Amino acid sequence: MSEITLINFLNGLCYGMLLFIISVGLTVIFGVMGVLNFAHGSFYMVGAYLALTIIEKTHNFWLALVLAPTLVGFLGAITEVLFLRLLYERDVSFQLLLTFGLLLILDDGVKLVWGAGYHSVDAPKLLAGTVNIFGTSYPVYSLFVAAAGPVVALVLWLFFTKSTYGKTIRAAAMDREMADALGVNVKAVYTAVFFLGSFLAGMAGVLAAPLRAIGPSMGDKIIIAAFIVVVVGGLGSFPGAFLGAVILGLVEAFGVQFAPKIQMALPYMLLAVILLVRPRGLLGREG
Amino acid sequence: MRKALAALLLVSLFVFPFFSEMFVLLFATEILIFSIFALSFNLLFGCTGLLSFGHAAFFGIGGYTAVLLAYHTHMGFIPILLLSAVAAFFSACIIGFFCVRRDEIYFAMLTLGFGMMVFTVVHQWRSLTGGSDGLSGFSLPELSLLFAKVSISPPKTFYFLTLFFFLATLLFLKRLLDSPFGLIIRSIRENPERSAFIGVNVSFYRWVSFVIAGTLAGVAGVLFVFYDRMASPSMVHWTMSARPVLMSILGGARSFLGPVIGAVVFYILEYIVTQFTENWMIFLGCILVPIVIFFPDGILGSLEKWIAKRRGRK
Repeated sequence: MSEITLINFLNGLCYGMLLFIISVGLTVIFGVMGVLNFAHGSFYMVGAYLALTIIEKTHNFWLALVLAPTLVGFLGAITEVLFLRLLYERDVSFQLLLTFGLLLILDDGVKLVWGAGYHSVDAPKLLAGTVNIFGTSYPVYSLFVAAAGPVVALVLWLFFTKSTYGKTIRAAAMDREMADALGVNVKAVYTAVFFLGSFLAGMAGVLAAPLRAIGPSMGDKIIIAAFIVVVVGGLGSFPGAFLGAVILGLVEAFGVQFAPKIQMALPYMLLAVILLVRPRGLLGREG
Repeated sequence: MRKALAALLLVSLFVFPFFSEMFVLLFATEILIFSIFALSFNLLFGCTGLLSFGHAAFFGIGGYTAVLLAYHTHMGFIPILLLSAVAAFFSACIIGFFCVRRDEIYFAMLTLGFGMMVFTVVHQWRSLTGGSDGLSGFSLPELSLLFAKVSISPPKTFYFLTLFFFLATLLFLKRLLDSPFGLIIRSIRENPERSAFIGVNVSFYRWVSFVIAGTLAGVAGVLFVFYDRMASPSMVHWTMSARPVLMSILGGARSFLGPVIGAVVFYILEYIVTQFTENWMIFLGCILVPIVIFFPDGILGSLEKWIAKRRGRK
């Protein structure tokens, strides 16, 4: 394996894992509530901006990694309680429109608070610098992000299969009325799920902050990538989000190396191929 | 009563340019162009039940094709318009084919995705599209009417040209919606499963509706570039796709003239709000949210319901 191939592979994994954390949040919310959150990318952006402020004030990345996603989670929970809850009985279009309105507010809102310019954040001291892999130096922080993906996946898997809370959520996802009849507080479950999904988006935002420029359009770019991931993997499927994210991450990274001219179009080609041969997504269920 | 009101409106649309200021005339022209755009979007959303977040793709493809033709050829207005509509038609055929493969939620994601794909192409292909600078500085094509050639450059002429296309769009959509095709797409909107059970090829009709809507959006795009004398990537950005969405919701997606009313209100609001603040989008979001929650029928729809209710009481 040549040096450049190795680096692209690692870059692809790092980006892919970031995409996974975002997409899994999108897919959790959709899988349980049947709601597609257009503002999910904006939540990711808000997470990054909050990290910026927290790091500037306290110089503590780890505090930001805990606090910013929690705040974004509460933003999601408030959205669900105040607005989305009023729309479950109505056509799906209205839920889409509502989250779209939220996207407009947040995208413009961050400009009011943080200005229209771009910002950057340094990686935490512990993870600064580079490491030597087979004679190539590679930033430690990117490896950290690539490792964070599987950790998040494992934690979520344990939560949903082993804990009572996770099982309750799955019960509400499978059959809302039955869960309700058995005494599950479905309303609270929905709010909790929206908190969890938004938390994941916020966390991806914090993780992305030292890697990418923080700016008002960062949410739009990532939400489209996340949509591609969930369509490729299968909307509502956990392993699908993981697989889709890894594939898209690698496609983008190796696209730079092997097909620089059409690199920008590659994700869409991937999307078109999947829609042609397997419209329900690689690991999506029938229906 | 209704007919009298409609006739009065129509007459005033024809007469007012002779009395109004230049600013109002230009303002009205832009509203008419965006009414066509919003009406084309609402064929998909209000009539077929498909919410597209990438409709600007066809608006932009129509516009860019027109500008490129005006740049590199000496064609008249009508051939340019036809060829640009054909370009929008074929791209809608291809993109629509992929977007109708899954149901509504997927449709929303896919239209946004493919819409941004078109934006990326326009933005990156500098040699053809001028990249982020866009294309300007072309000479306006002439309009051949029977034996005379007319310049479309005077604002009044361009207003009447736009008015012609606006009225043609209204007539066309009215006929379309009253036809069996119109009934079928509305049955799909109400219940896709049942429509499929009675033998309707749901994705085919959705596709046809998508293509018609895309082609019409292309026509609106042509008018817009000749009005604005420029084609820029903002024409294909998702914020442009958001405009017809907001206009239709604002005016009322279930009312035939809803998108038109929405376009008028949208422009008046934009004019007022941007005098105070640059953050127009946050304002838009703040009106969209309560409208979605409390007035899902929009201005015209709510008004129609209110009138019907009052009549019922009498």
